[in-house]
Amino acid sequence: MTSAKPMIELKDVQKWYGDYHALRGINAEIRAGEFFSLLGPSGCGKTTLLRTIAGFEDITSGVVMIDGKSMEDVPANKRPTNMVFQSYAIFPHLSVEQNVGFGLRRDPRTAAEKQKAVDETLEMVGLKGYGKRAAHALSGGQRQRVALARALILKPKVLLLDEPLSALDKKMREHMQVELIKLQRQVGITFILVTHDQEEALVMSDRIAVMFEGEIAQLDDPETLYRRPKTRKVADFIGVMNFLPATILSEAGGKVEIEVQGFGRASIDADQVSNSHDGAAAVGFRPETLTILYEGQTPLDREAPGIIEEVVYYGDMTYYDVKLDGVTEPVRISMRNVFGREVLERGARTRVAWSSGALVLFR
Amino acid sequence: MKPNPSGLRSYTIIYLIFLYAPILLLPLFAFNDGTIIAFPLKGFTTKWFEQLAGSDQLLNAVKNSLIVASASAIGATVLAIFAARASTRYDFKGKGGLMALIMLPLVLPEIIIAMAILVVLLQMGLNLGLHTIILGHMLMCTPFAIAILTAAFQSLDKSLEEAAYDLGEDAFSTFRLIILPLVLPGIISSLLISFTISMDEFILAAFLGGTETTLPVYIYSQLRFPKAIPVIMAVATCLVAVSICLLIVAEYFRRRGIAKTGGKDTGGFL
Ligand SMILES: Nc1ncnc2c1ncn2[C@@H]1O[C@H](COP(=O)(O)OP(=O)(O)O)[C@@H](O)[C@H]1O
Ligand SMILES: [Mg+2]
Repeated sequence: MTSAKPMIELKDVQKWYGDYHALRGINAEIRAGEFFSLLGPSGCGKTTLLRTIAGFEDITSGVVMIDGKSMEDVPANKRPTNMVFQSYAIFPHLSVEQNVGFGLRRDPRTAAEKQKAVDETLEMVGLKGYGKRAAHALSGGQRQRVALARALILKPKVLLLDEPLSALDKKMREHMQVELIKLQRQVGITFILVTHDQEEALVMSDRIAVMFEGEIAQLDDPETLYRRPKTRKVADFIGVMNFLPATILSEAGGKVEIEVQGFGRASIDADQVSNSHDGAAAVGFRPETLTILYEGQTPLDREAPGIIEEVVYYGDMTYYDVKLDGVTEPVRISMRNVFGREVLERGARTRVAWSSGALVLFR
Repeated sequence: MKPNPSGLRSYTIIYLIFLYAPILLLPLFAFNDGTIIAFPLKGFTTKWFEQLAGSDQLLNAVKNSLIVASASAIGATVLAIFAARASTRYDFKGKGGLMALIMLPLVLPEIIIAMAILVVLLQMGLNLGLHTIILGHMLMCTPFAIAILTAAFQSLDKSLEEAAYDLGEDAFSTFRLIILPLVLPGIISSLLISFTISMDEFILAAFLGGTETTLPVYIYSQLRFPKAIPVIMAVATCLVAVSICLLIVAEYFRRRGIAKTGGKDTGGFL
């Protein structure tokens, strides 16, 4: 559904709250029809940025364009955006259908046509037949659907969602993640989701902007973000990343020769290098890119010896913290518990298979 | 629950008797066929109520009190809506000090307020009358109204207003469609409590009324005549009945407000 045409353009957006610099020069383009996420730890400015797009916050400087038009001087009630609030903000004194139809008050259509639109939207979010209920008597998941329906009925160009799933329990949250993706594909509206949950962002988004302290640290699709984080901080925030100290031996012809503590010498491609300048050079790799080698198994690429320091059993997975020979900090390795694979003991010596293609060098 | 120590229990019972027994005596003597307020009771009569209905002076005082109480309740509540809204939603310089000054009449001795206003009004050459009592009563009732309405506005989630605005409404229609209905129980409580306060207020009414008499002032003036006391008892009985009705109405609206917004009942008057 996505096209290259930008729906939202943010140019050097700055926001000061008194002497607190909340947004420190945000530059981004959000494409029409894409599911876009703002991901970052609490307090990094995600909500502020979302509210800036909605028109609830005046920016200190910079430009916000929606569908090619500058939003300077356009108040929130005139913008082609609608918001699903973190608290859902369901009007407690109105029924479900009065809530959903609230935005149609100024719509010139007849009452019957509006009622039809309300019924259709309720059906779309899975609340068919709930129209007459009192809004305050609904469960968390149902309130969330009412909030969605209330925003979607106006067919906005952009739907803004501020941590819409954070108040739901785990099962419900996972269920709603899938429903939201389906809904977004069905209506084709640009969704901008704010979340602090990296898993949620990875599952749902076409592209993700990772934010720290009022800045976008990296903007990429989920796979690139996971496999090629640009800084150690992004790598740490998204999933688990192991780090081992490394030294660069030589660089030539798109290849970089490195010496990795515990692994030894390796040759990596230039596009596996992140010039993040945040600390001493180190290689990073995900737990699932390593494999514990059992008796008689040979690695696909390379192997390193070590000792198992900790075993964490998760049912479907087992996590091993392995201290490689010559390294002080253990690395985490995840193994799927496929049928017949034995869970190893703490303290056992082992061999770990690794591959230079899975490494990212931060320098 | 743990059983109360018996000392505390009898203390509570004695307290309640002191509080309510005198009020229970009012209707007893209002229907007693005798001018002397003493036991034993003589017999049942409704003649004091008939006298009450025939007294022009008394009916005029009741009318005055109703006018003053209604006007003060509405005036104080309207002012309080603005003040409560401003203090809960906006931050401005000197807010704390300003709110403290507005709430001050709660603890100022009434007699001081009454004297001060009287001096100013006389200096300004204004005639005393019902309108000056209303001014004084608004001053007295506004802090109570603000206390009630601040609680109502505070429990209002700011994102509800933003949601209405986001859905295309402007500031005024958001106020009308969302804020007003949600604080309505608070507004009704404020009206009723201001009305009650004004209705039985004596000092300001006596100082600022000029030739106009409100019900408490009239009652006080009649206490000098022993003959009039049974009629006063009848008036008081009517007032108690009206107060109980008002309290029930106030509680009904408070509970309905809570039920409507799905909140938890954290206790009220009844
Ligand atoms: N109205 C405000 N006044 C002052 N500071 C604010 C205001 N709103 C947010 N902030 C500050 O801006 C920072 C970013 O807030 P926010 O955008 O809500 O973060 P997030 O949604 O990422 O958790 C926080 O440190 C917060 O304290
Ligand atoms: Mg937030």
